Formats: sequence, C-alpha cells, structure tokens
Amino acid sequence: MANDRLTFSVRKGEILGFLGANGAGKTTAIKILCGIAAPTSGKVQVAGYDAVKYPEKIKQSIGYMSQKFSLYDDLTVRENFRLYGGIYGLSRKKIRQRTAELLNRLHMNDYQHKILASLPLGWKQKLAFSVAIMHHPQVVFLDEPTSGVDPVTRRQFWELIYEASEEGKTIFVTTHYMDEAEYCDTVSMMVAGQIRAMGEPEALKKEYGVASVNELFIQLARN
Amino acid sequence: MEAAVSVENISKSYGPHQALAGIDMEIRKGTLFGLIGPDGAGKTSLIRILTTLLYPEKGKATVFGYDTVREFRKIRKITGYMPGRFSLYHDLSVEENLAFYARIFGTTVKENYHLIKEIYQQIEPFKKRLAKELSGGMKQKLALSCALIHKPDILFLDEPTYGVDAVSRKEFWEMLRGLKNSGITIVVSTAYMDEAEQCDTIALMQQGALLDMNTPENIRNGFGRALYAVKSEHMHRLVKDLRAYPDALTAFPFGSTIHLTTREVLDQRKLKTFLAGKGHQNITVKVTPPGIEDCFMNLMQKQDD
Repeated sequence: MANDRLTFSVRKGEILGFLGANGAGKTTAIKILCGIAAPTSGKVQVAGYDAVKYPEKIKQSIGYMSQKFSLYDDLTVRENFRLYGGIYGLSRKKIRQRTAELLNRLHMNDYQHKILASLPLGWKQKLAFSVAIMHHPQVVFLDEPTSGVDPVTRRQFWELIYEASEEGKTIFVTTHYMDEAEYCDTVSMMVAGQIRAMGEPEALKKEYGVASVNELFIQLARN
Repeated sequence: MEAAVSVENISKSYGPHQALAGIDMEIRKGTLFGLIGPDGAGKTSLIRILTTLLYPEKGKATVFGYDTVREFRKIRKITGYMPGRFSLYHDLSVEENLAFYARIFGTTVKENYHLIKEIYQQIEPFKKRLAKELSGGMKQKLALSCALIHKPDILFLDEPTYGVDAVSRKEFWEMLRGLKNSGITIVVSTAYMDEAEQCDTIALMQQGALLDMNTPENIRNGFGRALYAVKSEHMHRLVKDLRAYPDALTAFPFGSTIHLTTREVLDQRKLKTFLAGKGHQNITVKVTPPGIEDCFMNLMQKQDD
C-alpha cells in the first residue's frame, strides 16, 4: 500500500514541504494530486476540482516541474516557452507576453535564443520553474527542484518560490535538503504511506523537542 | 604518509565545455576523501579519469603509484568503483550480481565475504530477488557490496547519496566510516554540503576548478569573518531587508535563520533598530559558526570577483 488513508488540506498561497523517506509514498500522492493516477479509495480535490472526475481540469490548473524531467535540451529557451505555452493553451500573444515577463525576472533576456543544453543546471532549473508557472496555475508541484544545484542558485530558486506564493499560488515541494524544509510554511512528514506529522516547522520542532526539521525527519522516519 | 591518489594539472574538455581546468590534488592512503560540489563541478570527470575510464587531456594522475593512462590494468585490479547510475545487472538476482563481480575480478564471494558482511547481511534475505525489484536503498547496498567484493585498496563512489533521503544518507555514511576503519581509502563525491563533515579531507569544486582543499575544520576556520544568524517574524522579507542594510556583505537563508556577513564588526543594536524600522518583530541576532556550505558560497563569490 503506497498511500494509506491520507487526509490533509493545503490553503491557497501556502508553501507545503512534502517530506518523507524514499518509498514513503510521496510520488504516488503527487501523481494522484496531478490527476495522472486514480486513488483506490477516497476523495481528492485540487484547485476546486475533483481529481477522479475532472483530471483534465486539474491538469490545466497546475504546474509541474521535477529534477528528472523539465525542459527540452535541444530547443532554445524561447522555444521551450512557446512549446509549453501552447500545451497549456495560451494564445500566441499571451505566450510572448509571459515569456518576456518571466525572462526579465530572471535577467535572461540575452539568452532566449540559446539552446537549453548549453546553459548551467541552475539556470535550467529556474527556467523550468518559470515555464511551470507561465499559465498562472493555482497549484505548482515541485519534485526535488534543487537537487545537485549549487548553494547560491538553490537559494535564488527559493526566492522564486516565495514570489509565486505571494502571488497566491499554492506550492507543493519535495526536497532532500532539510534546510529547505525550514523555508516552508508547513511541512508534512510521510512515513509508510501515512502522514505522521504535519504543521509549521517551528511548531513541530517544539512539539517533538528537536532543534531542526532534519532531526525531526530522522526521529520520525527511523521509528 | 604515502599518497593513494596524486593529480597534477589535470584538464578535460567535452567540445567547447571545459569540465576540469587544471586540477592538482593529493589524497592520502587510508583517508575518507570528499569531492564536494554541485552538478557541473567536474566530480564525475575526475573520478572517471582516476578509475581509468577517461583520458585526461592534459596533466597526469596516479593511483597507488600507477599511472592512470599507462598502467590502467593495474589500477583496475585494486580499485572498487560505484558509478552514479547503478552498476547492477537488473535481470540478475542479488546473489548473481555479487557472484558475477567476484568472478570478473578472479575471486569468490566466499573468499572476501568478511569485507562485505555487515552491508550484505542487510540484503541477504532477498538474495533470490532480481536487482530491478530492489528498493533504492537496497540497490545501493548491493552496488557497494559488488564494488568491494574483490578487496580493493581504494574505493571510488560517485554521488552515492544523490536523491537519497536524509535517514538513508546518514546510514550510508555510517557504512563508509566503518569501511574506512578497515583500512580502505575512500573517495566519494557529493553535492550535499552537510555530508562534507563526515570526511577527513575535502576538495571543494566548482565549474572544473578547485576552490579549496583541506580538513573540514580547517576550511571552516578559514572563513575569515564573523557570521551572524538573524531571525524575525517575517522570514520571507528578512533576507531582502538584510541585504539593504548598509554594512551588509551577504545575506542568505540557512534553515530557520538568515546568515549575514558584514563589512565591519556588526553593531547588533544598530541592526535591530534598522530592522525594527522595517516592521520586523522578535528580532534575534547571534554569532554562529560557519558550516561548509557557508565556506563554499564564500569561496564561490571570491572566485567571481
């Protein structure tokens, strides 16, 4: 059993750190929330839509990015935006406008005609995030978005997350960097298909008498 | 003490991309040595050169005194290697994988079982299972057992903890320390800076260059300026406000606090007044010891200047 009677809710604009050991069931839960896997039982609502009845509606209301699959390496930066904008159903005008906005934000205007493969990983990750929010999704799923990225870029990435959250986008993020868990409004800790703990990082640390989310993780995942 | 690995001015390019730009390095026998850096630092290229899988473009490297180009056969006999992507045969069982690796190195599982016992015992109950059906953690243990079964003098591990959760990472490092105590020289690469503390010596790498190489303690001691951990009730805004502080040099989020460095010795009262003026409440400022990640970021910036 990958997910065992999970019950939780996330409010608009919240940054939720979705934590758990490998094999705890995070990926299964995310697949259900994105409308690409159906739950065996239970009810799921994302951005106001029932995930079982209206998976296609959900796909239009969410953004998704992961370390393993993000952008197309053999397309240019601009072409990637155009491709994804098209998939999300944006008009040509809207695609042009959002591409300009988002590239401006990243100070990457000069690189829009570069092939993606020629850019450093940290840049690609920031671009992938921008592409994932170009259609103004209500919920954004980030699956280990900062793995392998240098420490400075990793922090710049979190500033992008904060900005998206301030615009009212709900952020769902998984990470193996426990310092990043501290940046979330709420963290949930999955162990063997269940959410063992969920709350504000500071409150959880107090409750479990630990100094960091890392210690909390080790305590919960080991027992 | 004799050098297990010696690297002299090694460079390597892939087309226009320079992966290694003139690296010098020495790794002593019997140490646990960490290559620390993000993706693109050159860690994998260096490990592939040292394991004789890649020719350097310039420079020279030796492993236990053997030249990596001319004497590659000798190096391969004494080297264990766990590549980043798994080295296991998915359609062989756990015990078949192990027996296969023992055999290509001309030994048997029985002969060197004592070396892998502690690690292999954890997966032995599943020895009939196909490698492709193992969990990530079990694959990792099997790959490590396979890399050790010919009793290597030196073990190279390329990002063994990539994508692995915090608990399993901790356990993996405990295994490595145990191996190190049995006398094997271990060279391990990682992008997780907190793992650097587990090593005897570390090389901090970024974009093909060596930023620094020393014991974790000496690297921390070389940070060179005071570091402050600042907290308030509005953490999202605090970074930007700290950067706007006239004397601020750097401000970066670090877990539940912001790490701040300043040009002059910090006047804490002045900073608190400044932050209170920006609407922050419950402000705390504490001197904090720098970690390896602070040092890495500091060195990255020095290189950019």
